[in-house]
Amino acid sequence: MEAHYWWVIGGVLFTLLNTAAGLIWLERRMLALWQDRYGPNRAGPFGILIVLADTLKLFFKEDWIPPFADKVVFVFAPAVVVASVLMAFAVVPFGPNIVVADMNIGLLFFLAMSSLGVYSIVLGGWASNNKYALLGAMRGASQMISYEVFMGLALMGTVVLSGTFNLGKIVEAQRGMWYIFPQLLGFLIFFIAGIAETHRLPFDIPEAESELVAGFHSEYSGMKFGMFFIGEYLGITLISSMIVTLYFGGWLGPAFLPGVIWFILKTFVFISVFILLRASMPRPRYDQLMEYGWKVLFPLSLLNLLGTAAIKLLIDK
Amino acid sequence: MFSLLRSMWLVFLHTFHKRETYQYPEEKAPLPARWRGRIALTRDPDGGERCVGCYLCAAACPVDCISLQATEAPDGRRYPSFFRINFSRCIFCGFCEEACPTYAIQLLPDFEMAEYDRQNLVYEKEDLLINSEGKYPGYNYYRVAGMAIAGKDKGEAQHEEPPVDVRSLLP
Amino acid sequence: MTIYIDNKPYEVKPGKNLLEACLELGLNLPYFCWHPALGSVGACRQCAVKVFKDEDDKTGRLVMGCMEPVRDNLRLSIEDPGAKTFREQVIGWLMTNHPHDCAVCDEGGSCHLQDMTVMTGHTYRNYRFSKRTFENQDLGPFISHEMNRCIQCYRCVRFYKDHAGGKDLNVFAAHNHVYFGRCESGTLESEFSGNLAEVCPTGVFTDKTLHSHYTRKWDMTWAPSVCQGCSLGCNTSAGERYGSLRQITNRYNGEVNGYFLCDRGRYGYEFVNSDQRILQAAMRPHSNGTTNKDHILDLVAQKVKNGRTIGIGSPRASLESNYALKLLVGEDNFYLGMSDTDHDHTSIALKILRDGPVRTPSMQEAAQADAVFILGEDLTNTAPMLALAVRQAAQRKPEADALGQIHVAAWQDAAVREAVQDKHGPFYIFHTVPTKLDELAEDIRRGAPEQLARLGFAVAQMLGADIVPVTGLSQEDAALAEKIAAALMAAEHPLIVSGYGSGCDHMMKAAANIAWALQQKGRNPLLSITLPEVNSMGLEIIGGHRLDTALDVLRQGDADTVIVLENDLYRRADPHIIDEIFLHAQDVILIDHLYNRTAEKATVLLPAGTFAEADGTVVNNEGRAQRFYQVFVPKGDIQESWRWCLQIAEKAQIPALQGLRNLDDIDLALTNGMPSLAALQQLAPHAGFRINGQRIPREPHRYSGRTAILANENVSEPKPAEDVDTPLSFTMEGYRGEPPSPLIPFFWSPGWNSVQSVNKYQQEIGGHLHGGDPGIRLLEPHLNGGPHYFHEAPDTFVPIPGHVHIMPLYHIYGSEELSMYTSGIAQQAGEFCCLYLNPEDLAQWNITPGNWVTIDLDHHACRLVATPNHWMPRGLGAVSAGMPHSPVVDLPVCVKLQA
Repeated sequence: MEAHYWWVIGGVLFTLLNTAAGLIWLERRMLALWQDRYGPNRAGPFGILIVLADTLKLFFKEDWIPPFADKVVFVFAPAVVVASVLMAFAVVPFGPNIVVADMNIGLLFFLAMSSLGVYSIVLGGWASNNKYALLGAMRGASQMISYEVFMGLALMGTVVLSGTFNLGKIVEAQRGMWYIFPQLLGFLIFFIAGIAETHRLPFDIPEAESELVAGFHSEYSGMKFGMFFIGEYLGITLISSMIVTLYFGGWLGPAFLPGVIWFILKTFVFISVFILLRASMPRPRYDQLMEYGWKVLFPLSLLNLLGTAAIKLLIDK
Repeated sequence: MFSLLRSMWLVFLHTFHKRETYQYPEEKAPLPARWRGRIALTRDPDGGERCVGCYLCAAACPVDCISLQATEAPDGRRYPSFFRINFSRCIFCGFCEEACPTYAIQLLPDFEMAEYDRQNLVYEKEDLLINSEGKYPGYNYYRVAGMAIAGKDKGEAQHEEPPVDVRSLLP
Repeated sequence: MTIYIDNKPYEVKPGKNLLEACLELGLNLPYFCWHPALGSVGACRQCAVKVFKDEDDKTGRLVMGCMEPVRDNLRLSIEDPGAKTFREQVIGWLMTNHPHDCAVCDEGGSCHLQDMTVMTGHTYRNYRFSKRTFENQDLGPFISHEMNRCIQCYRCVRFYKDHAGGKDLNVFAAHNHVYFGRCESGTLESEFSGNLAEVCPTGVFTDKTLHSHYTRKWDMTWAPSVCQGCSLGCNTSAGERYGSLRQITNRYNGEVNGYFLCDRGRYGYEFVNSDQRILQAAMRPHSNGTTNKDHILDLVAQKVKNGRTIGIGSPRASLESNYALKLLVGEDNFYLGMSDTDHDHTSIALKILRDGPVRTPSMQEAAQADAVFILGEDLTNTAPMLALAVRQAAQRKPEADALGQIHVAAWQDAAVREAVQDKHGPFYIFHTVPTKLDELAEDIRRGAPEQLARLGFAVAQMLGADIVPVTGLSQEDAALAEKIAAALMAAEHPLIVSGYGSGCDHMMKAAANIAWALQQKGRNPLLSITLPEVNSMGLEIIGGHRLDTALDVLRQGDADTVIVLENDLYRRADPHIIDEIFLHAQDVILIDHLYNRTAEKATVLLPAGTFAEADGTVVNNEGRAQRFYQVFVPKGDIQESWRWCLQIAEKAQIPALQGLRNLDDIDLALTNGMPSLAALQQLAPHAGFRINGQRIPREPHRYSGRTAILANENVSEPKPAEDVDTPLSFTMEGYRGEPPSPLIPFFWSPGWNSVQSVNKYQQEIGGHLHGGDPGIRLLEPHLNGGPHYFHEAPDTFVPIPGHVHIMPLYHIYGSEELSMYTSGIAQQAGEFCCLYLNPEDLAQWNITPGNWVTIDLDHHACRLVATPNHWMPRGLGAVSAGMPHSPVVDLPVCVKLQA
């Protein structure tokens, strides 16, 4: 058991970090595809070695800390985002028995960890001591806190249906039917909230390069910038895998492939959807984003929870 | 909401479109003749330097990356004793070409001038001067302007009468 | 008086013409032939405006703005479509023969014709036929000629002939063949020919020295400067590009030089670019082979600390430099770096102007005088711009008479000249040799300087001066003196001019006596005294010991080190005296800019900035302190002389100069140390002066090539130099509006790229600049003191047998040290090493004309070429003063002739 445990941790870390790095390549290729271009195609087969080149480049960039920055916090902030997202992966069941920590409050742990991510943005923006960074951080904080609220509420639908917070058990509970069907509304809300939570396009308002230079990470360069970069890709992977776990039956699938492969395939589909969103969506205004969250998604998620509970009660009766 | 989904779908359909990329450097993009690339100093049909050192290109340059010194040859032609363009500053806006009254400075369809050392982007006159009339064949400033040079005296330019005899009172 | 322009009421001064009125109000009305100093002739038809009878008149009539006087309630329109079309068509006609060569024209970018063509909106050529052409002439080393560009405005001949009295530029041929030039190729004879480049509104006449290193106006770094050529201190703008000085242009000053400069001033700048410049601090012998500036400064400071150092100042160095040296070596060890004769003359001039009751006029005031009496001066050669002013003054009286008869405005130039014909006002000249102004004089008297001064004393006596009567005058002389006295008494503002020009200080004394006597009689006389060099007056005010006492001090061994400030000592005293100074001095430290004869002998050379590389103040012959500004940052170790002194003082720990760093510091020390110079604090804005937080840029807004000029050395541009001494910046960044008058680097106004833009800087056309003309007068007449007449007239000049009394002859080209580095000026310089003698003397002494004669100068033999000159009285000789390598320096001098 002990050996298996370390294998799982090692395997998960290895896969995740490589996935995040690979996403650099994947995203560029996909965007290029949808824009009728090639994208990176020079380094290695299909340009896959761009990942290596990019990483090397980031390592060799000047590791610059602005003299006016709050140095300790400035260094600390990018680490937070990577750490919190990696922690959240601890509860994700990649396959039967492939999970780092099979907690009975797994879902709550995920919510807690993704909430921690906001610190990296706020601290990074604050420590930069730069007006654009601070504006980006302020936007990031309000956006993430707002969307977290109904992200949690949307997930409660699945909890109500499965009767557990344990993610493994939620997957098991979908053997009969994926929750996407009873929880279509919940899925949509979670999906939108997930984009906002990872501040991906179209909700990349904390960055908003056309208004705020680069938002909260304006002052970051080198590997510290790289951490934010990796954190973002890890975030996409996390949200995609949570969608798969909660609504698309996790590792479940026809038996000709092992469960973990099904999980990975499903996750990549959603990662691709994230990239498609980036390729096709315009960025909303900041106030539009907040209004949409509080005035539309929030009531909808409450309704979803209410409806699910009511139906569950009716059926159980 | 529908429009968003529709645009997502339309973007997705691009998966099946042909790619537009030119695979430079194996495959060169066709550049139009008036492409604003590398700057050159051309020569007139007689093979003389067209540039007369009037400083208008330098004055027109928004990044002030042209500097020169005008001087006069014994035959009366003016020319730049040095002519320097700092291509590390040049934005290829083409204002210098527009300002040039003698068609001397011209932007050519060539952009392959990258260097590893920025210093190599400073072009002197010998780097700029080409053995061609460029885009305006046949134009010779001194044939149009009233200034006398060796081989073209006063009154021998286009639309000029022979010089006046100031000692004559005849109309 | 109210006039309505395009239905808007404006207040204007009476007596002006419409063009002046419009320009004065800041309105743009194109013109060519009108010039503020030359008046109107209505030749170009360019300033047409519509004048309306009354409010209801909608038709109006076209008039030429420059020919129509302002009247109360006059209604005119500049914007009227008829007037606009007319002006556009006129310029279209003027341009029919224009040769399409702006690109190779030196006027381009500062061309009045370009500006006016743009202003009228004439954009495309309608004339399809062939163009008339002309052959050009070679007009000498200063002016290029390109007749094809001419628009026949006649400004050139009106300036050259009518204003400056030139004879050799004229208008030839007829109808559309009108040609402006000389009757044949040849150097222009007038000393003011350079002004043609500024007077000509197009590129017919352009600056030939500029052409040799051509740069457009917009590409030069400019600074307000003061001409260093003579004691008048004309204001100039100096322009630099690529580290060399490219051009000197006139900087309008409503009190000093007005619109013009002389050719020595305009072209005498090439020494700044000379290959004889000292660029690095150097030491002889190379103690350890170093030219390290700090090392040399340490050694110099060590010398100064010993207290056995004397300093020799210079009349061509600024007040600041002289004063810094004076404090560096101590007041008792400071010697005036002028020849003893120059010192005598300057100190008398200073005494006359400071203690006397008569005002010395500015040049523009002098031009308004209505009677002129010149004593012993060839103004054209000693103070050229004053000669131009006097030339105008000679016309005042006949002009006033004519205006009384024909009732036209004074600016109706053609009409007034027609009425005046060739009449001249009361104008008298006493000088030994003919001068160019003689043609205007009513009476001329020649003779030995002492003789002429005696006659001057006689005039003063007749005017009632309380002096010892002059006896032994011939009847003819007495009559002349009486006539002059009467004419001066009759005049409102008689101008008396004298100076150093004949080497006889009695001339100045006689002039002072005359002026003071006139003043006692209730007239308003003006007294102008010329001085040898640009800052002679300033150096005299600072004061110091005579130069010959410096030799005594060295001989006695009281001092062993000499610091020479911007001075070629071989021009200050005869060579054998200077050689002796070098013999006795252990170390001679020279702070100067050119490698001259003194530099050859100096043991330490410290490179000083010329007027173009230094900031400083000079005082002209009128006692007007004027500031000149650094134009560009020089190469090598070159810096201001006062800065060298301050740096030496810092290392030598001289208390009086401790902690002084920049121009404002040394100026504060100067005004604190010399209360008579306290007014200098108001001379110009201090270094901290900003407009809207911005400096005044030295470069025009279209300065080009910033990122390419130095790119061949290093592609990363260096940080631009910062100016710690003045509010000017060395870049094109800064305040783009009108700067205060002492800080105007160049004249420019939107739509007015040529020098004609000066109209926009004046309170009224041809008047003072906004905020007053730059410069502060330090000497005002001592009104309550009453005159202290010079009682004794000099004795009659009597030749001494076997001896000849040599007087100096000054030349505009050649007598001044620095301008001789300009090749064009050197070409035209006067004769070297000629001793002019009366032919009868030559015959008596058996000297063949053209042969070398040997004279005995202080027991040193020197040889000169004997040249007959029948203007020389018997026993009097003359040599050209100030010529390079002239063996006779301290003039006048009495020498023995050796057969």
